[in-house]
Amino acid sequence: MKRWLPFAVFAVLLGFLFVGLWLDPREVPSPFIGKPAPAFSLPVLERPGQTFSPDQARGRPWLLNVWAPWCRTCRKEHPFLMQLAASGVRLYGLNWQDQAREAADLLAEIGNPYVLNAVDHDGRAGIDWGVTGVPETFLIDADGIIRAKHSGPLSERVWNRKFAPLLQGKGS
Amino acid sequence: MRGLAGGLIALALLGQGTAAMEARPNADDPALEQRLLALAADLRCVVCQNESLAESRAPLAKDLRQEVRELMRKGRTDREVVEYLTTRYGDFVLYRPPFKPVTYLLWTGPALFLVVGAIVWFLTIRRRQRRAAADRVLDDDGGTQTPLS
Repeated sequence: MKRWLPFAVFAVLLGFLFVGLWLDPREVPSPFIGKPAPAFSLPVLERPGQTFSPDQARGRPWLLNVWAPWCRTCRKEHPFLMQLAASGVRLYGLNWQDQAREAADLLAEIGNPYVLNAVDHDGRAGIDWGVTGVPETFLIDADGIIRAKHSGPLSERVWNRKFAPLLQGKGS
Repeated sequence: MRGLAGGLIALALLGQGTAAMEARPNADDPALEQRLLALAADLRCVVCQNESLAESRAPLAKDLRQEVRELMRKGRTDREVVEYLTTRYGDFVLYRPPFKPVTYLLWTGPALFLVVGAIVWFLTIRRRQRRAAADRVLDDDGGTQTPLS
């Protein structure tokens, strides 16, 4: 019995290490889940002269996708975003740390899945939302509360695991 | 090997060079810069997670340092600055996480290991002593009972 103890300890340690293999260190718990969406008021990319603030999107659940034209991973998730937009999901863009011109040109070229894009040129709004890199996507419910966050590109798998169950629960 | 070491030294020097370059615009207030660096050394850069906010060269880290600088200029205390960062990025930015239920094990873990180790050590020593004592008794008995050969 005593002889097995070191093996048992070793097995437990091995178990922890094995689980650790599959953990993503970038998956940092967001302190915003369950909190109201931080406010901002930023110029709208598609409609010069207008501004957008998160309050305007209230009433139905919506997504805020933080992206930038210089970001390659954002290009990878773009087809899925187009698919989401086509299925009726309200997708807003936060154009992070960027010259608005480039974003407009790019969207004209590859298609624009966004209801609109807010231009966060100096990255302040991104900081207020705890953005660490692009792309990041937030799910905000009808009352303006952040329900989920994903760092990295959105995909069907991520969508079904993280976002879709929440939307069904709310009956979007 | 020597080439690698040389490269590392060059990298380290390069890092210092850029840090000095970035600090230049704020040379007008060295005290504030000192305070910023002292605080940022205990904060984690959220992009490159193994670097502190003080030493990271990531663009976001630069922005955050600028943000912290401005908060300090507005007269915010260190604690308020840390609060500003933790409401946005969570306790994750702190290299010294606060003592609360999720971190109890983290903080008390080393002491717990020490205590468990001490108990195991104590039990082992006691068992060995008992066995040694028992052996001695056996030897004594054996000594009297050993048949003469």
